[in-house]
Amino acid sequence: MLEKALSGSQRYWGWVGFLILGIGVGFIFYLRQLDYGLGITGMSRDVTWALYIAQFTFLVGVAASAVMVVLPYYLHDYKAFGKITILGEFLAVASVMMCLMFIIVDLGQPARAFNLLIYPTPSSILFWDMIVLNGYLFLNIVIGWTVLACEKKSVPPPRWVKPLIYLSIPWAISIHTVTAFIYAGLPGRSFWLTAIMAPRFLGSAFASGPALLILLCFILRKFTRFNVGNGAIQALARIVTYAVVISVFFILMEIFTVFYSQIPEHMHPFIYCFIGLHGHYELVPWMWAFVLLVAVSLILLINPRTRRNDRILGVACTAVFVSLWIEKGLGLVVTGFIPSPLEKITGYYPTGPEVLITLGVWAMGFFILTILYKVAISVKEEIEA
Amino acid sequence: MIHSRRTFLKIVGLSLAGVSIQPGVEALGGSDSPKISRRPERLGGKRWAMAVNPKKCPSGCHDCIEACHRVHNVPDFKNPKDEIKWIWNEPFGNVFPELEHDYLAAGWKGRAVPVLCNHCANPPCVRVCPTKATFQRKEDGIVMMDYHRCIGCRFCIAGCPYGARSMNYRDPRPFIKEINPEFPTRTKGVVEKCNFCEERLAKGLRPACVQACKEKALVFGDLEDPQAEIRKTLRAHFTIRRKPGLGTRPQIYYIV
Repeated sequence: MLEKALSGSQRYWGWVGFLILGIGVGFIFYLRQLDYGLGITGMSRDVTWALYIAQFTFLVGVAASAVMVVLPYYLHDYKAFGKITILGEFLAVASVMMCLMFIIVDLGQPARAFNLLIYPTPSSILFWDMIVLNGYLFLNIVIGWTVLACEKKSVPPPRWVKPLIYLSIPWAISIHTVTAFIYAGLPGRSFWLTAIMAPRFLGSAFASGPALLILLCFILRKFTRFNVGNGAIQALARIVTYAVVISVFFILMEIFTVFYSQIPEHMHPFIYCFIGLHGHYELVPWMWAFVLLVAVSLILLINPRTRRNDRILGVACTAVFVSLWIEKGLGLVVTGFIPSPLEKITGYYPTGPEVLITLGVWAMGFFILTILYKVAISVKEEIEA
Repeated sequence: MIHSRRTFLKIVGLSLAGVSIQPGVEALGGSDSPKISRRPERLGGKRWAMAVNPKKCPSGCHDCIEACHRVHNVPDFKNPKDEIKWIWNEPFGNVFPELEHDYLAAGWKGRAVPVLCNHCANPPCVRVCPTKATFQRKEDGIVMMDYHRCIGCRFCIAGCPYGARSMNYRDPRPFIKEINPEFPTRTKGVVEKCNFCEERLAKGLRPACVQACKEKALVFGDLEDPQAEIRKTLRAHFTIRRKPGLGTRPQIYYIV
């Protein structure tokens, strides 16, 4: 089936070429980082995880898109998601690939990455994250590809796929939970030390992943003959709406606990990112952009008239995606390091090479997504023809 | 003789299976008994710890810091972003934020307090390290690092509530004033921190910082030995530890 990715319109090749260019630029700067060290980034002694790990954290959420279509379709026999499951699964594959690449580019000694396997350490959450991420990648590529191949041949999928599909549902929950545990179990990092971290991850994941999926469906409808149908998009839109509401509710719960208890070390990170602390305002504009975008998206999504208008829904989903990118892909990780254990505030700004490497990984992710979607759409179009 | 592709593949498969279970077998059933003989002159202790008396530190004195950083080949990048430090001074309020208030005893406001790795009895950095590159030595409790195993994920830095760890954001070697051939230099991309001078203890020497301190502000010893100087010091003075509420059981005791 992969050969379907090798023929396409001029526009398709233009897009693929653009992505390869992005990958190339990112790769050149990654070589530079390998040579110089992670000092090429804006990370410092105090802020030791930043843009890379934040992208990883955010993209684990995007990978959730799969479960939000797989669960209704396979467990509740929700037929409207029949055409969209493959898109969810392949989006999960591309997202998890990006997650793994962001971990690799963040390692100081990437050549030693296999030490994770040579010296397995179950006490480390990173060990479990490696297992759940690779497992989720494996499940989605195997399920998606097998089901698609059977559709192409007009035969029912083999029976062994069903247990894998059922397994993929709790597995999707596990990738968020385990990723949240990376942060939530660290003594002395008050911003992350909250039992609601994993539920928060799940809430925002079920908003950002399906929001991106809706946008991708719109793009496919515009540029191909593939249409998942209005029912599927509106059902996803309702999922996004609930998930954004729940995410906002969870964040407000954090804010209540932190500010009503008035424990300084719990308040300081929130003050830093929303108001600014001791003359440091690096994240303040971003966090208020997040608040504004979430507010806009909630207004557009809760109101049924605006939600049912595809154009407005597109705007709302973009707002959801960007706002949660700010929250997870920027705010959550960096703020956890501020103030430092020695009460210092070290601002963080990503450097040019860091941004280009990040964009390179995103380009790689979209490249994988494009190839997988091209195969899927070609097969679906072939069946319909 | 291998007669068929089938037999050949069987053998390859079995060999790979054998190799793949080896780390698991080692992890579950490996023996940790020491295979190396110890030097007779080494300082043996069961639970190393340090008492720090900041009141004895003359203002502006950096003797302990310089001694430590010199023997351990700690580079000086001259910028705080990439900075590497094993022992250094911080104002009292930064070391003990929960204890600072407006009416501190004279001389404590902003007093320089030496900070270093606490060699916690319950170290979070060891718990979070995905490769056991950071580990706790069973025999004496020192939290140590294998610089050759560290993958540079920096989970330990996130896990350390004391800010004791530094990342080699770039090649440190050109920034070491004078390389001490007795101790390894590090490569870029690994984390490092104070090792309680385990390499000196093995030779029967006290930690470099303790030896360098003319004021005897640092007392090092074995907590399990009731006659040790550190036990006498802890009996004679009221001491506090950094962030004891976190349950890490730090082994650096501050005399106040």
